[in-house]
Amino acid sequence: MTRLRGPVDLLRWAANPTGTVFVLLAVIFAWIFVLNDAFFAGPSFMAFLKQAAPLMVLAAGQYFVIVSGNFDLSVGALVGAQVVIAARLIDGEESRTVPVLLVMVGFGLLVGLVNGLITTVLKVQSFITTLGMLLVLFGAIRLWTGGAPTGGLSESFRTAGRMGIEGVPVLGQIPWAVIIMVAVGAGAILLMRTGFGRILMASGDNERAAGLAGARVDAARIAAFLLSGLSATIAGILIGGYAGVSAQVGDGLEFTVITAVVLGGVVLGGGRGSVLAAMAGALAIEALFSLFNQMALPATLRPTVQGAIIIAAVAYAARRRARPGSTAPHVSATANPS
Amino acid sequence: MQTTRLAAASAAALGLLLATGCTTDSPTDAPEDETTTAAESGDEWFVQADYDEQLAQRDIEPEGDPATPWLQAIEPEWIDTSQFAREGGDATVCFSNASVSNPWRVTGWITMQQQVEVLQESGEIGEFRVSDAGDDDDQQISDIQAFIDAGDCNAIIISPSTTATLTPAVEAACESGVPVVVFDRGVNTDCAVTFIHPIGGYAFGADAAEFLVDELEPGSKVLALRILPGVDVLENRWAAAEKIFAESELEVLGNEFTGGDAAEIKNIVTQYLQRGDVDGIWMDAGDGAVAAIEAFEDAGKPLPVMTGEDELSFMRKWEETGMTALAPVYSNFQWRTPIIAATMILAGEQVPAEWVLPQDPITAAELDDYLARNEEMPSLHYAKFGGEDLPGFPDAWRDR
Repeated sequence: MTRLRGPVDLLRWAANPTGTVFVLLAVIFAWIFVLNDAFFAGPSFMAFLKQAAPLMVLAAGQYFVIVSGNFDLSVGALVGAQVVIAARLIDGEESRTVPVLLVMVGFGLLVGLVNGLITTVLKVQSFITTLGMLLVLFGAIRLWTGGAPTGGLSESFRTAGRMGIEGVPVLGQIPWAVIIMVAVGAGAILLMRTGFGRILMASGDNERAAGLAGARVDAARIAAFLLSGLSATIAGILIGGYAGVSAQVGDGLEFTVITAVVLGGVVLGGGRGSVLAAMAGALAIEALFSLFNQMALPATLRPTVQGAIIIAAVAYAARRRARPGSTAPHVSATANPS
Repeated sequence: MQTTRLAAASAAALGLLLATGCTTDSPTDAPEDETTTAAESGDEWFVQADYDEQLAQRDIEPEGDPATPWLQAIEPEWIDTSQFAREGGDATVCFSNASVSNPWRVTGWITMQQQVEVLQESGEIGEFRVSDAGDDDDQQISDIQAFIDAGDCNAIIISPSTTATLTPAVEAACESGVPVVVFDRGVNTDCAVTFIHPIGGYAFGADAAEFLVDELEPGSKVLALRILPGVDVLENRWAAAEKIFAESELEVLGNEFTGGDAAEIKNIVTQYLQRGDVDGIWMDAGDGAVAAIEAFEDAGKPLPVMTGEDELSFMRKWEETGMTALAPVYSNFQWRTPIIAATMILAGEQVPAEWVLPQDPITAAELDDYLARNEEMPSLHYAKFGGEDLPGFPDAWRDR
């Protein structure tokens, strides 16, 4: 992407499945700009990025799992569980913030590990494993809290999701959430450039070939689930910080995030797509919500329009990929994830 | 080849899951057909006669002691229950619960259990048998049938999950000969000995809307935040508010569905604030109200005039910020009444055929009082839970 040499290259890039999401994003942003240019004023845009950050972090985690040929449907329930656990354990006490954060990271990794082991060692399809995990977490939290979360988050816990560096010229506030999201994104991009990233991609593309080539497919896939659990933990910290505790935190997030990743041109079944595009997919979905709001589209119509746009975007990308003679499949499989 | 097939299968399964997920995950469930027909207009959910009746009921002095609002009744028509009178105590009371899937129901359910304990101590109730349908109509139908088949329930209490679907099951319970008590959501039959409920959704929505109309200058902009479409009790709240707003000089910026999710609420309010000023917030339930207030704080905007619910997190934030607000109430103490009603019926005492409980919003003047009374309670607790005099108070509600 950085080595575009002319309009032809630009067109080719826009036509490849990974590029589609950036075009979509640009269109949505342009549309919002026409409706309300104040949206792009520093503080307002930062507020938008702050609210988009958790989904983008989650998309990075989900990307690892999907590109390795699996699904992680448990992330929504895990985000919800993490927020409820944090509220219950912290119970408003500032001093407990750091220990509880450590517990949350441990819990997120544990859930990822269990998902990974069941999927690889027991050979249960990840769709079922993580769907089961979704229900287990959902039920366990209901059981533990009796249906209504108790306790409260401390002010310092909420800093990451709600606060930021104040008094920045033009921008007003740089939210911590945005800084964390950028760091997670950069980390994910770097990770995909390592040997681990290539093994992960190869596992999703052709499991047997990767195995025969000596790659430790199962280990890579377990690691992907661990990363997903970690990203859900970070997303939970950000969402809990952003909006506080409610019984519905995390509901349905797994579908939003999988949609985001697919919108980013990442192929379900694995082996194709870039993490940057997956995160851009998450940003595009959040931008779409903002656009609907700016358009004052009736709330009841939104899911329909959202669904139609997503199907159209993914179908467009898929058509490009399938076209004979197109270089897209090769490009997207080995695309430099920057 | 294998990857494409896997992808196709996964996508199909995902779609299927999405379709079902939408109906099973929501906090207050509605059957899907209702959700789709609800559409945009509140008209289908607006019945003028019910609206007029509920608004009038707000001003009627209920019979009974104001200190025990769960025993009060608005314009009761007392009916004779001597046919159900039963000798000796230790009655087996069976309760079919729709679910405990939201904090409001959890709070009420605790209160109900505490009330049962009191009556068990006094020997009026022996066994209290409970089934929880988890918001599943079919499950609740079979739960009720199981009570009928068991044959040893002396009274059946039902909190229906949905109105139309549960009607035949309630009728079957009535036909079994034992007294039936229905509360919270109604059914399309009056075969139950008594139907217990607070005034209703229209009154809730109207209390909130009228407050905003009174407190805001003409021309002010109001945003309505709603949980989800298609649930009658919630649709009635909005239908009443929509009517009152339409007749006022307030401008309604929009009505948005939030699922009661705090993050979603904060996103939506933040986006509206990016578009322009918001002077008032109307909510059809208090879940996540604090997130809406925080959106104003974080955007550096003056706090709106707001209506939430008697949920404590909202009331505490209201007190802390000193904002102009009202807490409309959907009387949580109604969970005590069915248990008491069942024992009254089994003793052959008169009960109202339709037991309409009072439903008074909490105003700024009463705020401190209710906060003091609920000082030890968790955030997602409802101020008018009406269990302060039960022996389990405060531990049972605090350590939930």
